[in-house]
Amino acid sequence: MKPAPFDYFAPTELQEALMLLERHEDEAKILAGGQSLLPLLNMRLARPKAIIDINRITSLSYIHKDNGSLRIGGLTRHRMIENSAVIQEQCPLMTEAIQWVGHIEVRNRGTIGGSLVHADPAAELPTVVTALGGEMKLVGPRGDRTVRPEEFFVSFLTTALDSSEILAEVRLPIWPRPTGYSFQEISRRHGDFAVVAVAVLLLLNDKRECENSSIVLAGVGPTPLKAKRSEGLLTGKKVTRELMEKAGGLAAEDSDPSSDVHGSADYRREMVKVMTRRALEEALAKAMQNAK
Amino acid sequence: MAKRYPVRVKVNGVEYERSVEGRRLLSDFLREDLELTGTHVGCEHGACGACTALLNGQSILSCLALAVQVDGAEILTVEGVADEAKLHPIQEAFWENHALQCGFCTPGMILSALALLKENPRPTEEEIRVGISGHICRCTGYVNIVKAIQTAAEKMAETSQTKGTVQNV
Repeated sequence: MKPAPFDYFAPTELQEALMLLERHEDEAKILAGGQSLLPLLNMRLARPKAIIDINRITSLSYIHKDNGSLRIGGLTRHRMIENSAVIQEQCPLMTEAIQWVGHIEVRNRGTIGGSLVHADPAAELPTVVTALGGEMKLVGPRGDRTVRPEEFFVSFLTTALDSSEILAEVRLPIWPRPTGYSFQEISRRHGDFAVVAVAVLLLLNDKRECENSSIVLAGVGPTPLKAKRSEGLLTGKKVTRELMEKAGGLAAEDSDPSSDVHGSADYRREMVKVMTRRALEEALAKAMQNAK
Repeated sequence: MAKRYPVRVKVNGVEYERSVEGRRLLSDFLREDLELTGTHVGCEHGACGACTALLNGQSILSCLALAVQVDGAEILTVEGVADEAKLHPIQEAFWENHALQCGFCTPGMILSALALLKENPRPTEEEIRVGISGHICRCTGYVNIVKAIQTAAEKMAETSQTKGTVQNV
């Protein structure tokens, strides 16, 4: 339960970190908050030759509001996002969901970039970023590129990030103010990874019909799962209890969960049905409230 | 010989200078190199909370940080919580409320309670439970720990204790 030896680097500039990454090719790992990497090192599931600690690149920690979007630096810690008034005001789904990430000790240290790059399909942040329609800004030796969640999350613990790149920034579009939202999760213990989680955004038009919605599931497949058929079902319709039940049923059908010690595949699928409906109900109640 | 890196850190108000291997965990650094064995090591992968310490005033898991990372920082461990021979109100409340049996989880519990009360001096029971949710206790069933933190909060509010180690980190 001790890491294998490695060389340690603590650059203070992003460019320096990129050079170090390139020099070590596939043998280096970026250390951000360390709340996923350190357990892997301790258990020797990962044995990198070099650790490039980016915690001293303080320019990667920020929350900015631009025209219509929020920009969050890759090294921004969960706790800073949790306590951010701007996030609470512009992206309350994030504020709600981030309280489910680990425990306070983990949130004091863990970073948004680290969580996204780790890409655990049961984790909250990949789910929320997918639901919001966010983008990841990746910086590499040959410049920047921007990647959408659908391309970024490839499979279990696998992303489109190249071994020479660093996730420098997350951009989240600001949804219109009347948007209703909900984040629901079941886990064995608060703070543990989700058995199943659902993030929902729901925007109504003047006639109180669904104008736009986003429904994303965690813990039911190799990546966050966008329940497209459920979203499509709601579009342009009055969101009745019956319709929400149906949307939950479709989401369950589209889920592909596996069985483990925390719950069987059947249990997870049943929970997707129930929780999608509950999340829609909560989001609808908020959207109605906001429409008043 | 593996490469070693310098670490200069203030722990419980005392400056230390050591050199460590890159892979040295903060928890092992505290226990082995500084001989501060009050910080307990349970799971070593961030599940139990026993190794909690305060890094620049914030609770962190010392098994999920490298010693070399705390260069230039201030750390508080359970050894630094009491004021010399006088127990901190949280420690006293743990004692009075039977909030510990074997004591293994206690240092981590006390540091998280300290961080919680600093941020939120009058927490509700729910907030206390969330505040210690990262800690596993196999003896008490948590009830007396929650009680102890409530008692400590009341006592600290009464005496409006503004001195002490909490403010120093």
